[in-house]
Amino acid sequence: MKMATKRRLHGPAIWLCLLLALPVSVSVWAQDEGMAILKSECSSCHDLSGPAPTTLKGLWAREAPDLFYAGIKYKQNWLEAWLQKPQRIRPAGMFYANHIKAGEDGDVIDESTLKPHIALSADQAHEVSEALMTLKSNSDLIVKGEYKPGKISPTMGELMFDKFRGCLACHEIEPGYGGLAGPEVFTVAKRLQEDYLISYMRNPQAWDPKIFMPNKHLKARDLQKFVHYFRGLSEEKF
Amino acid sequence: MQLPRTRWVFVSLILLAVASSAWGAERVEDIYKTYCWQCHGKRADGMGVNIRDMSVQPRDHSDAKEMSGRSDDELFKAIKEGGQSISKSVQMPPWSGVLSDDEINLLVEYLRELCECKFGS
Ligand code: HEC
Ligand code: HEC
Ligand code: HEC
Repeated sequence: MKMATKRRLHGPAIWLCLLLALPVSVSVWAQDEGMAILKSECSSCHDLSGPAPTTLKGLWAREAPDLFYAGIKYKQNWLEAWLQKPQRIRPAGMFYANHIKAGEDGDVIDESTLKPHIALSADQAHEVSEALMTLKSNSDLIVKGEYKPGKISPTMGELMFDKFRGCLACHEIEPGYGGLAGPEVFTVAKRLQEDYLISYMRNPQAWDPKIFMPNKHLKARDLQKFVHYFRGLSEEKF
Repeated sequence: MQLPRTRWVFVSLILLAVASSAWGAERVEDIYKTYCWQCHGKRADGMGVNIRDMSVQPRDHSDAKEMSGRSDDELFKAIKEGGQSISKSVQMPPWSGVLSDDEINLLVEYLRELCECKFGS
């Protein structure tokens, strides 16, 4: 009698365990597939293991953004969508000086040097985004939960970004308006995690020692306000 | 057997050159290209790729008249602490977080070559 009850209990328990383990193993499988794609299709341009360039020649030669801290930088839903339909983020490419020519009214972007990005299928994009979220170098630079959601008026945000801090000189705040050497910021809150934004703006060279974004010595309060501003921008329709 | 003295000098010069490049000393032209071209332009004429929507024109570093109006100390200060430190625009960034004092001194010398000018002349 006792034996039989036990056996009857065991059956469902085993099934339950298998069922619970299923999503975990599917996502591990997706990660492995994604990692294989990263290594074969992406590592020729993107660095998957670090460290970031420590010389100017190394910076100039870098073909694409470093991905070895992707898991603490990007929002996964954005990655998955962008990889299927990639659109330009840096108007003048990775290292602007490789993509400009001197024109009559000053330097202009040489579009012929900028190539469209490889696009992935929905399945591949999902697998790759799963794999990218496991890459977490530089975690020590992030303070989890440092960003506290809040609001700033768009006018005040723009004043800070342009007049008070001079950030507009290098970043576009809407398509076709702003500087061209850095990445557009009107999509940045869709793309990047808030705690990463705070950490990067506090000290860009901690992430990327030779990068040509200056450290503007921003106060903790301003860091928060800039993220509020970016979140506002990313909700606007352009 | 002993190497002649001149050869020793030669060998140590080579060692010095190798060592200094291994320590990561960057060439001043390369520093200017990486950090300054974006606003001051490939031709150092203040016409960089960023200027389209800038409200203040970056200084034309080849303009001897303007550049001779600044002492080397002021140029150093402007580069290290940004335009505001010499009562100029916030759009000239501070580079203290990126460049060492030695590198900024090299940049000041380089600016003097670009403008072919000195303070006051
Ligand atoms: C030929 C070189 C090249 C290859 C191959 C390549 N990329 Fe890229 N990738 C780039 C460049 C250049 C950018 C920057 C685009 C921009 O800013 O507009 C980029 C941007 C990205 C970004 C956005 C990063 C950011 O911080 O803005 C992601 C994510 C990305 N690539 C993933 C991938 C994946 C995944 C693969 C492989 C399936 C891949 N890339 C293959 C060159 C490449
Ligand atoms: C001299 C040009 C320059 C100025 C001025 C500048 N930035 Fe940047 N910024 C950059 C560059 C270059 C990057 C990094 C590009 C990369 O990783 O490929 C960057 C990256 C960023 C990023 C991360 C964006 C991303 O997509 O990875 C944020 C956020 C940012 N800057 C905010 C600011 C703020 C706020 C200011 C003003 C306080 C500012 N920047 C001033 C050039 C500049
Ligand atoms: C984001 C754009 C930007 C970048 C990058 C930049 N500058 Fe400037 N710079 C300016 C602007 C704008 C001015 C003019 C400020 C004014 O007239 O109020 C200026 C002015 C200067 C001045 C002051 C000249 C004077 O007499 O008024 C010096 C010196 C200078 N820049 C050097 C440099 C050097 C060296 C670099 C690279 C390390 C650099 N700048 C990078 C925008 C920039």
